[in-house]
Amino acid sequence: MLSLLGKYDPLKGEMAQILDKDGRIVNPDLEPKLSNDDLKTLYRFMVLSRVADDKALKLQRQGRFGTYAPVRGQEAAEVGSAYALPRSDWMFPTFREMAAMVVKGMPLESVFLYWMGNELGNAAPEGVNIFPISIPVGTQPLHAVGAAWAAKIKGDDVATLVYFGDGGTSEGDFHEAMNFAGVFQAPTVFFCQNNQYAISIPRARQTAAKTLAQKAIAYGFAGVQVDGNDVLAVYAITKEAIAKAHAGGGPTFIEAYTYRLSHHTTSDDATRYRTKEEVAFWEERDPIKRFQVYLQGKGLWADDYEKGLLDEVTQLVDKATDKAENWPAPSPEDVFKYTYAEMPWTLKEQLAKLLETLG
Amino acid sequence: MARLNIVDAINLALHQEMERDERVVVLGEDVGRNGGVFRVTVGLLEKFGENRVIDTPLAESGIVGTAIGMAVYGLRPVAELQFMGFLYPAFDQLISHAARIRTRSRGRFHCPLVVRMPYGGGIKAPEHHSESTEAILAHTPGLKVVIPSTPYDAKGLLISAIRDPDPVIFLEPKKVYRAIKEEVPEEEYTIPLGQAKILREGGHLSLFSWGAMVPPSLKAATLAQKEGIEVEVIDIRSIYPFDIDTIINSVQKTGRAIVVHEAARTCGFGAELVAQINEKAMLYLQAPVERITGFDTVFPLLKAEEYYLPNENQIIKEIKKVMTF
Ligand SMILES: Cc1ncc(C[n+]2csc(CCOP(=O)(O)OP(=O)(O)O)c2C)c(N)n1
Repeated sequence: MLSLLGKYDPLKGEMAQILDKDGRIVNPDLEPKLSNDDLKTLYRFMVLSRVADDKALKLQRQGRFGTYAPVRGQEAAEVGSAYALPRSDWMFPTFREMAAMVVKGMPLESVFLYWMGNELGNAAPEGVNIFPISIPVGTQPLHAVGAAWAAKIKGDDVATLVYFGDGGTSEGDFHEAMNFAGVFQAPTVFFCQNNQYAISIPRARQTAAKTLAQKAIAYGFAGVQVDGNDVLAVYAITKEAIAKAHAGGGPTFIEAYTYRLSHHTTSDDATRYRTKEEVAFWEERDPIKRFQVYLQGKGLWADDYEKGLLDEVTQLVDKATDKAENWPAPSPEDVFKYTYAEMPWTLKEQLAKLLETLG
Repeated sequence: MARLNIVDAINLALHQEMERDERVVVLGEDVGRNGGVFRVTVGLLEKFGENRVIDTPLAESGIVGTAIGMAVYGLRPVAELQFMGFLYPAFDQLISHAARIRTRSRGRFHCPLVVRMPYGGGIKAPEHHSESTEAILAHTPGLKVVIPSTPYDAKGLLISAIRDPDPVIFLEPKKVYRAIKEEVPEEEYTIPLGQAKILREGGHLSLFSWGAMVPPSLKAATLAQKEGIEVEVIDIRSIYPFDIDTIINSVQKTGRAIVVHEAARTCGFGAELVAQINEKAMLYLQAPVERITGFDTVFPLLKAEEYYLPNENQIIKEIKKVMTF
């Protein structure tokens, strides 16, 4: 397989792509060698993400969910990258990575529980290497670098992958993370989902640079822009960056060029700052449709397959919803007991008082 | 006069100050085209243009740091941070620079900067969207800290903050952003920083609070009155500098006091008030000064939020306890 990382020059705005917007293979020599089962699994995760997303929005409107940040439009970027991450590697997500987290092994009911307002949903099960969702934008790349660096110091064969948005690249912490990663050759993949907006602020207001990927050059390592709506290209690039990290080749920056088809969150109204035409342009580049055409061409997709799949994932999403909704409410103790390994007297006193007030 | 909520009152103050003084500029994330995530800056971009209403990159240190340069150079920046939980990237700029420019230049320079942000809990928001850490700011020499609890005060205090020669942190209690409407004069007016407001007079007990804790304090006072307890409710409004005279006069009159705040208990601003009362009114006290506060824990997500925030039932209980000491 050709090396993708050196092939595309971000300074020239070159972008890696395997499937074009109509699902045609444009770079056959780059096509990753995935089994039919793998291809169908990628597709299933993308459809699952779409169905779970729609459900979350519906639940939020009914008051059964808190604020939620939809994935819609970014399924290929999330699923393709997460699928390339070995189980023993670590993932550092933001609030928008529902799909990536599920691929990595987070139970959907946990993600739902979290957005329903129970912090227990932030606890990844044992063996699922996912840091708690980071809401302060741009802060978590440093943790990914630190963890990767620690793995290197300890001699573990572990790499880390951190997600963040185009907006995140403007925070100081992001730049410190890139710099540390370069200096210490940390086995980290910086995965930027450039979905063109940080709430209402367009990408052009975050940086005067032509691409985000080119930022890596100044920190001394490779940066590559990939069509984020092309799941095959995202998978292939991430796979190579991860392999490079494991082989001692240090960090890589991947800019997945994509689009947030929905509102920033359920509290946002995207019609205030972008046009219908712009959204329609990107609807045509829907990552799921494109991959479906590709699968169909390979004889892996048909109408009845789609129907069966939709039934299966809808049931899964409904089950996750039930499980999360029927989870026992957090107790007063739950507010206190994770603050420290051992509760100081101040907390014990405050908890006792709360219990007394509640009667 | 129009009946406005806090969001509208702040918006009106910004419009009027920008109209009156062309040195005033507004900058922050989503403040322009989007009009702010809470719509506090709606209409400013259309009226005053891109040079004075600035959508910035997503970087709080960048916003506050450049606003310091602007302020010292001669503008009057009003920076918006989207939530108090995202203030911390700007701490170095605020604490090491904004607060110290006057001191470090021995008065040659000063920093007439306002940093506004929504703060506090009660809107069932995600993580980092509910905290109140006003005490950290009040603890920083060189910063002023203001918290309005009503639309009328929001307008008058913001105008004072913008005209103030020193950096002012303006905290907006988002739980009551739209909860209260009242008559707000169309004309400009100022409310001096550093003055508390007596919302309700009473001779038996002084109840001090600010921000979104004012409404439950008032409700508790009404309930107490039915039981013959006359509670004096005081909105501190200005956390730093604070109105020591109003506070001490009240305690000297009532002999009993409670402080209510939603911030964590330990080193919360309530602790400072208790210390001041002890220093200046000890011999008037008939009972220990009590605090009703949030906990020394991370602010819980929405399913457990009700446990965290003080409410009128807790306040009335505490009032009775202090009265029967
Ligand atoms: C430090 C910080 N500042 C502000 C916010 C409020 N906020 C939440 S998401 C967001 C935009 C993020 O944009 P981007 O990084 O591009 O990611 P996206 O939401 O598009 O996935 C902002 C400003 C925050 N969460 N953290």
